[in-house]
Amino acid sequence: MSQLETTIATTDFVPHSRVARPGKLAWVLIGVVVLYAAFLLGGPLVAIIGGAFASGAGALWRELTSAAAVNALQLTVLLAIAATIINTLFGLCIAWVLARDKFIGQAFINGIVDLPFAVSPVIAGFMLILLFGRNGWFASWLEAANLKIVFALPGMLLATVFVSLPFVVREIVPVLIHLGEEQEHAAYTLGASYWQTFWHITLPNIQWGLLYGVTLTFARALGEFGAVLVVSGSVSRLTETATLFIFRSLDDRNEVGANAMALVLALISFSILLAMEFYKKHQRGNL
Amino acid sequence: MSASAIQLKTLQPATVRPWGKWSLRAVAVLYLSLILLLPLAAMLQHGFSNGLSAFVNDVTNPLAWGALKLTLTAAIAMTVINTLLGTLTAYVLVRYEFFGRRLLNSLIDLPFAIPTLVAGVMLVVLYGPQRTLGAWLEAHGVQVIFATPGIVMALLFVTYPFVIRTVQPVLMEIDRTEEEAAWTLGASEWQTFLHIILPAIRPAMMTGALLCFARALGEFGSIVIVAGNIPGRTLTAPVYIFGQIESQNQHGASAVSLVLLVVSFALMFAVDWLQRRRGIAHVAA
Repeated sequence: MSQLETTIATTDFVPHSRVARPGKLAWVLIGVVVLYAAFLLGGPLVAIIGGAFASGAGALWRELTSAAAVNALQLTVLLAIAATIINTLFGLCIAWVLARDKFIGQAFINGIVDLPFAVSPVIAGFMLILLFGRNGWFASWLEAANLKIVFALPGMLLATVFVSLPFVVREIVPVLIHLGEEQEHAAYTLGASYWQTFWHITLPNIQWGLLYGVTLTFARALGEFGAVLVVSGSVSRLTETATLFIFRSLDDRNEVGANAMALVLALISFSILLAMEFYKKHQRGNL
Repeated sequence: MSASAIQLKTLQPATVRPWGKWSLRAVAVLYLSLILLLPLAAMLQHGFSNGLSAFVNDVTNPLAWGALKLTLTAAIAMTVINTLLGTLTAYVLVRYEFFGRRLLNSLIDLPFAIPTLVAGVMLVVLYGPQRTLGAWLEAHGVQVIFATPGIVMALLFVTYPFVIRTVQPVLMEIDRTEEEAAWTLGASEWQTFLHIILPAIRPAMMTGALLCFARALGEFGSIVIVAGNIPGRTLTAPVYIFGQIESQNQHGASAVSLVLLVVSFALMFAVDWLQRRRGIAHVAA
């Protein structure tokens, strides 16, 4: 997935000489491809719009402006922003260590960064319960300090951080390597500090890749469900994110509420996708 | 030789600032250890804390085993479909100019952006038994939601971009002259594809397929909505794990979790190996 996201940046530019005027067989192939995309992506997208408006725009609006829905959306955005900030700062640090540093254990770091891609979100949440839950490794320590992590907001934040960790690292490392070190070395020799070099030389050069990674992190954090479900324990509506709101609404047979929130999340995803298209164009312009 | 020595000398005083480097290293290692390795260690310890035979029992009990089997079967079915159609989609996107090509190319990443739970809700709205399309299909003997086809369809949706996005860049890099040579020698488009293009994109197809498969093993959000989660019939492994956590059977949950983790780690290693091989091939070319 990681390397994938970076290749996306290059894939929508097709040199003209490669594009052929389709022949008869080609039209069949194009037809199959378009039909499959319509069946897989188009159908569900149209359906969710229809489903959300099934009981009229008034009902949709009432559901979205209910206290539970507004709280859920607020909490989701807050969690996603917090997780994105944490993973951007640490992600930049890890990316620098991977691209610019050289030491034993680098390969190991490189290997484990992708771990969250291989772990089911449910398992990610479960691991946090095994650490911070009632019989967990840190249970007695947490009790003594009167801290609550699992079934509370800190656990949900940790779960969100876990699942969205690799994106910034994976976007930045190839950009840093592609960039090379000459400009940075020039800055150092001119007496710039690490911080000045990073701020004035490195950051402007990686900004589009960074934005891309940040956006992916945010999108992943916004939509996280499995891990957050496990650690939230869905005990109170105070710890309900947008996805948890959808899940509970379906349980309560409140389909209008579930569909309305699903539509909101789908629209947000759509705008995120548009933003990424925009970055891609800029990134291409830069390279 | 001497030039590079001079270069090194001028660079060294500026770049070697031990404390800065060491603190960044320490932050990176510490963060990854706390966020990723510590939870993993807890999982390993818990999984085997009752001994190996308890672990085997937890994995082979009929419900757990059935869930694992269903997860594998659904993942395999999905992987086959998406590898074939994904490769075709990449080929069509790279080779042909047609109305809507750019739009399609942008929409392909949609499943990466949409929360998987939302994907599940979409599928239920479209194919649910009370819906027109769902009711029509049911009248014709096809049940999608709360049945295995729904699970496969949810997996097809969430993994749609993987094969396309791994194959597409490789297709774009293929030297067009080889194909043109094949054509001028009288090969058909199909023969050209089979003998020139397919060998070149096969590693990328493999990578995409493995990524799809690994992603499918852990998929939860879309499936929990679509599958109906009937034990022994439509209960997948991640949903089974969730159920065991909820009913306080942590050992049952951690045993199946470990099996899934081992399989996905093996797959990620395979992907890494394939990509490294591809990387070497690139350098050689």
